[in-house]
Amino acid sequence: MRVARSPRTPYVLIAPAVVAMLGFLVYPMGSVIYYSLQHYDVTQPWDNGFAGLENFRVLLFEDPLFWQSLGFSVKWVVVEVVLQLLFGLALALIVNESFIGRAISRALVFSPWAVSGVLTTGIWILLYNPSTGIFRYLADIGIGTYDTAPLADPSTVFAAAVVAELWRGVPFFAILLLADLQTVSGELYEAASVDGASRIRRFFHITLPHLKDAIILSTLLRAVWEFNNVDLLYTLTGGGPAHQTTTLPLYVAAKAVQSHDFGYGSALTTAAFVVLTFFSIAYLRLSKFGARS
Amino acid sequence: MNRVGRWQIYVPLGLYLLFTLVPFYWMVVFAFRPRGSNSLLPWPITFEHFDHVWNGMGFSIFFQNSLLVGVVSLISTTVIALAGGYALARYDFRGRQAFLVGMLCTQFIPGAMMLIPLFEIFRTLGLVNSLWALVIAETVFQLPLSLILISGFVKNVPVELEQAAWVDGCSRLRGFFVVVLPLLRPALVAVGSFAFIHSWNNFLFALMFVNEQDKFTLPVGLAFTIGEFSADFGALAAGGVVAAVPVVLVFAVIQRYLVQGLSAGAVKG
Repeated sequence: MRVARSPRTPYVLIAPAVVAMLGFLVYPMGSVIYYSLQHYDVTQPWDNGFAGLENFRVLLFEDPLFWQSLGFSVKWVVVEVVLQLLFGLALALIVNESFIGRAISRALVFSPWAVSGVLTTGIWILLYNPSTGIFRYLADIGIGTYDTAPLADPSTVFAAAVVAELWRGVPFFAILLLADLQTVSGELYEAASVDGASRIRRFFHITLPHLKDAIILSTLLRAVWEFNNVDLLYTLTGGGPAHQTTTLPLYVAAKAVQSHDFGYGSALTTAAFVVLTFFSIAYLRLSKFGARS
Repeated sequence: MNRVGRWQIYVPLGLYLLFTLVPFYWMVVFAFRPRGSNSLLPWPITFEHFDHVWNGMGFSIFFQNSLLVGVVSLISTTVIALAGGYALARYDFRGRQAFLVGMLCTQFIPGAMMLIPLFEIFRTLGLVNSLWALVIAETVFQLPLSLILISGFVKNVPVELEQAAWVDGCSRLRGFFVVVLPLLRPALVAVGSFAFIHSWNNFLFALMFVNEQDKFTLPVGLAFTIGEFSADFGALAAGGVVAAVPVVLVFAVIQRYLVQGLSAGAVKG
C-alpha cells in the first residue's frame, strides 16, 4: 500500500541516487559504447578518430587473446561458482543445525568473506611459497615433496588459484543460503517426519525446492561477480604464465592500464557486457526463476 | 525433526574450519615471528615487521586513506539509499518501474570495465589522484544493491504504524525517524557494512585513479608489497594483518545481523 501526499516528495528523495547513477554508471556505459567505435589510443593520438566497427572486426577475427581470455573466463566462472555453491550449501546446512559452538563456528567460517582479493593473494602466497609455505612443513612430516611450488608450475597454477578463490568465495553462498534456510517453516519438516520421510528425501523435497530461487539468484550474482572480478588473479598470477589465467576483464585492465589503448579496450568491454547480459537473460529464462514448483 | 549425529556436524565442520583458519594463522605467524625463524608458533614475538610496514613503508598513511574512503562511502551510500529506498517502497510515482529495471541492469555492468570511462570523467572533473574519486565510484557501485535491500525492508514495516504516528501529530519526516528508522536497523547495518567492507577492499579503482604514493589505499600498498618485496614475507604478512584487522572486526560484530537482515529483507524482496 502506498501513500502519496506531495507529488514532488518521492522525486526529491530519489534524486541523489538517480543523479549519481546517471552520472557515474549510465553515462560511462554509454561512453564505452561510443569509444568502442573510435580509434582512441593515448600513446598514438594521431590515429584517433571514428573507426566504425573496425575494433570489433579485429576483436572477432584477428585477436586470439580475446577468444582465449573469454574461454578462460567461462572456465573460471563455471568451476568457481559450482564449487562455491556445493561447499556453501553444505556449510549452510551444517551451521543451520543446532549444536554447541554454533555462533562462533558461524562467525569463523564466514570470516573470509570480508577479506579482499589482494589480501587473499598475500595470504596464499605465504602458504604456497616453496621455502616457508605449508608444503615445506608437510614434506617435513613425509607428505609430498620439498619442491612443491603450486604458483610456479603451469600444471598446478589454475588449481592453486581456484583453491585460493574458493577460500574467500564459499562464505558468500553459505551466508545467503543460511539466510534463506531460516525461512523454511519447521512445520513442513515435522509433517514430513510424521509421514516417515528420510532425511535425504526431506532435503530434496522440502529444502531444495525452498532454496531454488535463492540458489538461482545467488549463482547468477556470483557468476557475474566472478566474471568481473580481477583483484585476485591480477595480483596472484598476473594472468600468466603465458596468458593462461587471463580473464577477459584482466585483458581489458591490461589494455587500459598498461597500453592505454582506450578504443580497443572499450570494444572489449562492450563485448563482455553483451556476453554477460545475454548469459544472464538466458540463465534466468532457462532456470525458470520465480516460477512456483 | 530428528537430530543428526554429532559427528556428522563436527567432522565436516572441523575440516572446513581448518581450511578457513590455517591461512589466517599462517599470516599471523609470519607477521609476529622474527626474521629468519621457521617456527610454527609466533614466538619469540616481535613487532619488527609491523614497525617496518607501518613506519617504513607508509602503511600508516595507506591505513588513514582506506579508513577515510571507507567511512565516507559508508555514510554517503547509506544516506542516499535510505532516501531513495523509502521513496521506492512508499510512493507510486511515474518512472518508478523504469528506475527499478534500470537498477537491475546496472548489476551486469562490469565494474572492472568501467575503468576507462570513469577515468575520463574523473580527469575532466580534476579528481584523478583524489580520494573523492574512490568515494564516488564506491558509492555508485554500492547503490543499486543498497536501494533494493532498504526498500525491501521499508515495505516490511506496516504503513499503519506510520499512519498512527501521523494521526498523533507527527510530520511525515518525524514519523519516519521515530517509527521506521529504528525498525530498519538490520538493513542499515547490512548496507553500511557492505559499503565499508567493499570500499576498504577495493583494489582496481584505487590502482587506476590514484598514482601518488601518499594517496594509496591498503590494497594498493599491499599489492606493491607482493610485487616488489616478494622475498620479504614478514612485511607482506604484517601488512596483511593491518589490512585484515578492521574488516574482520567489523565483520565479527555484524555477521549475526547480516544473516537476519538478508533473510528478512532481500530474499523476499
